[in-house]
Amino acid sequence: MRRPAITVAYYVLIEALRSGLPWLAAACMVAVLGLAGFLSQVAITEGAALQASVAGSLLRAAAVFLIAAHVVASVAREANDKGLELALALPISRPVYYVGKLFGFACTGALLASLFALPLLAWAKPADLIAWWLSLAAETALVAAAALFFASAMAQTLPAIAAAAGLYLLARAVPSMQAIAAGPLAEESLPGRAARWTVDALALLLPRLDSVAQSEWLLYGAPPAMELAHALLGLALYFLLLVAAGLFDFSRRNL
Amino acid sequence: MTGSERPVGAISAWILWLLAAALGAQIAWQAARRPAAPAAADLPAPPTPPTLRVASLGEPAALARLAMVWLLAFDSQGDNDVPFQRLDYLRLSAWLRAILAIDPRSGYPLFAAARVYAENPDPAKARLMLEFIHEEFSAAPKQRWPALAHAALLAKHRLRDLPLARSFAAAIARRATDETVPLWARQMEVFILEDMNELEAAKVLLGGLLATGRIRDPEERRFLEGRLKDLKSRLQTPHSPGIR
Repeated sequence: MRRPAITVAYYVLIEALRSGLPWLAAACMVAVLGLAGFLSQVAITEGAALQASVAGSLLRAAAVFLIAAHVVASVAREANDKGLELALALPISRPVYYVGKLFGFACTGALLASLFALPLLAWAKPADLIAWWLSLAAETALVAAAALFFASAMAQTLPAIAAAAGLYLLARAVPSMQAIAAGPLAEESLPGRAARWTVDALALLLPRLDSVAQSEWLLYGAPPAMELAHALLGLALYFLLLVAAGLFDFSRRNL
Repeated sequence: MTGSERPVGAISAWILWLLAAALGAQIAWQAARRPAAPAAADLPAPPTPPTLRVASLGEPAALARLAMVWLLAFDSQGDNDVPFQRLDYLRLSAWLRAILAIDPRSGYPLFAAARVYAENPDPAKARLMLEFIHEEFSAAPKQRWPALAHAALLAKHRLRDLPLARSFAAAIARRATDETVPLWARQMEVFILEDMNELEAAKVLLGGLLATGRIRDPEERRFLEGRLKDLKSRLQTPHSPGIR
């Protein structure tokens, strides 16, 4: 059972390497490093710190966007080419196929994270960069899982990308929303309490993406190992939830 | 359920169990890790107005208001008995200045300064905020007089600093000359002078105000004339009224 999943993952990886993704990733890297270099030239102080933080945050955003777009496009292409029907006609179960696809996309995300982490070696200490890279790889795996779930469930490219992007942005913003909603100026009226309750309930259903792959780690050092492990464990739990939701949806589809 | 979906019973039991367990674990994990409010010390130095303008992507009015919402969330909960008491007010006023610079027509920064931040029980911090309001008032007296009027009241009643209150009231009387500014705001200086026992100056100011002919409401005119008469009689038999 394990072997077919690895075979599926292998072909997903091959597809990624032969698509336009490597070129897009390289273009992103050049553009981001160029922009960071330009900004460091016009900064009057902390030029290297500016370069590292801008490059780190933009490369993180680029990695997330590229992996989400790639997963959605790949699933849409497979659906259009009837590749899914062909694959499931083989002696392979749906869960194994789904997990294999996801494993391949997660490996693609890890490759992207590695590629984007390499140039940051110029400004960050290796130990700090490893923490950043590790959490970016985990983040891209989670985004790949979300994109695969939405692409499978929605069957249309634009809504799937929008849903994945919406989930990501909401997960990044929800801790700030919670802090604002609980401030002393928050209204004690029924709508005010309902808004706070809604934000709190929403936070329970979202991962804490604000606590990983922060560009400030490249400047001031990575968080303690326990804190990092805690953050990664949170992502792992959410990844598992997305996998389970994806398997549930995939198993219900009538193909 | 639509025709394109198989029944839930067709799904392997372990997938259902995995989904339930993962959902439970996610909710339990997040419930155990509630984010703390940002601490006061975390308030970063503000970016320059040009940087904020670039970051607004052509929507400075929206960014200014969002920035105010974000700013008001700082040091607002956690173990604070009094909200905002630990904020670095120098940084805070720099943030307010930067936000006001990208959207000068917004009343939010001055409203927050007067009604929220200046209410701080620490007199030094409250004074910093009042000074900020005074400085920014001169850029647009017609729109910003309410904040300075509130600042004058805070200076008078909270800080018990009548000269400071008078300087704010005098600024309103001198600079906020637009017809839309209510007379009570322009008359504040007179009453503060009375509280300071500066009866002669109050008499001159009130007499001048009546002489301009801008007070057209007969009731209000009668009231102020009575007040002027009272001032004159008090000047003949002086006494200290104290702070009202």
